[in-house]
Amino acid sequence: MGDYLIYTDAAKCIACHSCEVACKAKNNVPEGATLGKIVVLGPRLINGQPRMSSLFVPCFHCEDAWCMNACPVDAIRKRNEDGLVYILQELCVGCKACILACPWHIPQWDADAGKAMKCDLCMDRIDEGQEPACVAACPTNALQFGEPAQLSHKAREEYGLSLLKRNPAK
Amino acid sequence: MRKKIYTLCFMCSVRCPIAVVVEDDKIVSIEGNPHVPAMKGVCPKGAAAVGWLNDPQRVRSPMIRTGPRGSGQWKKVSWDEALDYTADRCKEIFAKYGSKSAVYCERVNLVTDISKTFLKAIGSPNYFSHDTICKGSVNTACRTVIGYTDGQISADWSNARHVILYGRNVFESMEVKATNALLDAMAKGAKVTSVDPRVSITAAKSDQYMMIRPGTDLALNYALMHVIIKEHLYDVKYVNRWVEGFDKLSAFVDPYTPEWAETETGIPAKDIIRLAREASQAKPAVIFHYGYRASHHPTEIYFRRSLIMLNALMGSIESPGGIFIKKGPKDAGLKAGIRKFSEQQFPAMEETRRFDGCGEEKFPIADTAHGVGAMFPSAVLNEDPYPIKVLFAFRFDPLYSNFDFQQSLRALKKLDLIVSCDINFGGTTSLADVILPESLFLERSDPLQMGAGLKPAVNRRIACVRPGFDTKPMWWILKQLAQRMGVGEYFPYETIEDIWNYQLADMGIPIADFEQKGFVSLSDKAIWWDREDGIKFKTPSGKIEFVSSLLEDNGFPSFPPYEALETPEDRFRLIVGRCVAHTNVMTQNNLYLNELVPENTLWINEKRAEALGIKDGERVEIESDTGKGQIRAFVTDMIHPEAVFMLHGFGHQEPESRRSYQRGVADAMIQDPIMDKVGGSPALDHTLVRVKKAV
Ligand code: SF4
Ligand code: SF4
Repeated sequence: MGDYLIYTDAAKCIACHSCEVACKAKNNVPEGATLGKIVVLGPRLINGQPRMSSLFVPCFHCEDAWCMNACPVDAIRKRNEDGLVYILQELCVGCKACILACPWHIPQWDADAGKAMKCDLCMDRIDEGQEPACVAACPTNALQFGEPAQLSHKAREEYGLSLLKRNPAK
Repeated sequence: MRKKIYTLCFMCSVRCPIAVVVEDDKIVSIEGNPHVPAMKGVCPKGAAAVGWLNDPQRVRSPMIRTGPRGSGQWKKVSWDEALDYTADRCKEIFAKYGSKSAVYCERVNLVTDISKTFLKAIGSPNYFSHDTICKGSVNTACRTVIGYTDGQISADWSNARHVILYGRNVFESMEVKATNALLDAMAKGAKVTSVDPRVSITAAKSDQYMMIRPGTDLALNYALMHVIIKEHLYDVKYVNRWVEGFDKLSAFVDPYTPEWAETETGIPAKDIIRLAREASQAKPAVIFHYGYRASHHPTEIYFRRSLIMLNALMGSIESPGGIFIKKGPKDAGLKAGIRKFSEQQFPAMEETRRFDGCGEEKFPIADTAHGVGAMFPSAVLNEDPYPIKVLFAFRFDPLYSNFDFQQSLRALKKLDLIVSCDINFGGTTSLADVILPESLFLERSDPLQMGAGLKPAVNRRIACVRPGFDTKPMWWILKQLAQRMGVGEYFPYETIEDIWNYQLADMGIPIADFEQKGFVSLSDKAIWWDREDGIKFKTPSGKIEFVSSLLEDNGFPSFPPYEALETPEDRFRLIVGRCVAHTNVMTQNNLYLNELVPENTLWINEKRAEALGIKDGERVEIESDTGKGQIRAFVTDMIHPEAVFMLHGFGHQEPESRRSYQRGVADAMIQDPIMDKVGGSPALDHTLVRVKKAV
């Protein structure tokens, strides 16, 4: 995901889809298309109790991006500073090569404009020092945005502290 | 220039505090108000609010109907024309039938004080709110036990150690603050038990789920009380100090053993015993949530009473982690609260008897502040107690909210004048004579809100952008109407600032104080009353009344024997509920929310479906004594075999609202006209239905 990561805390996610709706509202995404998508499994029975879990799937901003490589008119670019992959709308000719090339078909079709569109992790917001719209909207903080190292530090720290609290020094 | 504005959402009645970023009169983003810690974000309805801003399917200007009711034939008119027309028609009708012939219904909101002022000024006693249909019996039940309404109490989710929910779908009804408070408690180790005939998202996130036979929650509670009393699991000190009638309850629940409840509820006796013990271990940080929007049956008031009584047995009322009584400005040390327009002196009404019999012989103990809305159609059709001719339906749609849609439709068609104030074309609005379109909450400022709670605060909604269409705020509309009806003097304001200053006159808070955070806090610390001696219960005895004077003085028993519930083998009990994407019957046509959940389906147990030859996704016919409809089946093992479930609020028939037009089935079409005659709620989960493959 470029230099960033969006992490879904399934324990906190309540499958409300605010992330999806906020993304659509912010990016003016037409009906039928979804840039960031929350994928929900369940409820289904696990050991006799109903359970569900979820994962937010935006664009991954691949290092060697299939979509970018496939675009015949170089409409897809990658930012040097943080590796975000985005579409230059004015150059897109609507051939849909990126949609086909992406292993997860993540670029979306904007039927109104006749062009492809995709998640750019709200790079305008990132440039203003804000989190992507999906993350900011999530009402439970189930989505966390950051750099991989920072998320890893945070998670390990939390885990370590919980162990220490459970087994304090004698 | 970019601005961040702190205001209150109104995509649902919760009114979460939000932060709206605006640039050049356009909304850039809507997020939670960062000054309120639990407001980590917004629900999908809040996120979807912008979908309404420039939606051409909204009511874009005042309208007067030109064709037959519901024909969709409208004339676009100016505000003056619409208001003059409304006032003239009212004057004409009132001259003949009196102003009592007007009924005013609304979704309770920041303008409610002005709505009530309007009704008092024109001289009609007839008001009902959406609350009466959603939670009338919860309100009555709470008053019979502790003297407060359900709106005057709340749950201290974040400190709870065990929360027991009866269909209360916390995570799908989604008050952002409560959702986070409960999730935080769970992260700290609180246990959540969900009792529900259907697996909601809340149930799937709970520690334990108990699938209960629909309609038998009261049996479960009597057995829980039986175990709690027999095993001395209750808070003895608290009960001795605060409870009246404990011995009566003990004797009453004695025959209701867990083994008896097992046959009634389908929940194994050992699980009932375990739940009683587990809850007791966590006491007093236990919440038996009194709930709403689930389990509406004819004996609902006794079910809700049993929940409040369980909290009392746990000693959890006015205990951290339990239920608390909301505190207001006086509790925070202020001399006065918000001044109300409806408390001015009004001329005496020529008729004080109400259309619904609320507070009178028919419903002596239902709350007159909300009325008994379920009675509206029959009052109109039978002209009982007198003819009703005018309906003001202000951002509330009684047609899809009550049982027996066809009866409601006949009643609406019988009226001489329907005045609707709405954002979009809802059911009642599309039948109206005149539509006075309200501005969206992002486009209007409203009267201040007194937010009672552990930390009382005054909250403000302020306009973020200019109205995109020719719409107005309701406080303006009501004053304009009142002036034209000769009673303008009760509306001593021109601007919203005048209203705010009037409201704050006795509080000494300057309006500028709202700029920084959108609210003014009246207390920095949570106000708890002393559990030993300081709880001010508002019952006649000042105690928690298991034997209720409110009930008994009005001829109702406190402990009527439990009546077993039969469901014939070829039938199902239709239960209804909400999803996170929609508010009642109001949001189904919103651009984004319609895409998220465009129609409802019928949840049906896989074994029953198999026996009926119904496959997942197939169209089925659902039929009750009242009505029928066709809907897609959702075949699942996540619902009790005796129940079928559908979301409330679909099946819209308004051609103007094109996205939601004829999507799904209206539960109102199927629900039988049965109600809780003591509490005042319609029994919306009690209807028996047949289901078969559609032909
Ligand atoms: S669209 Fe697909 S290929 Fe392109 S960067 Fe995103 S995930 Fe990678
Ligand atoms: S907004 Fe947050 S809680 Fe809601 S679905 Fe998305 S990740 Fe889950």
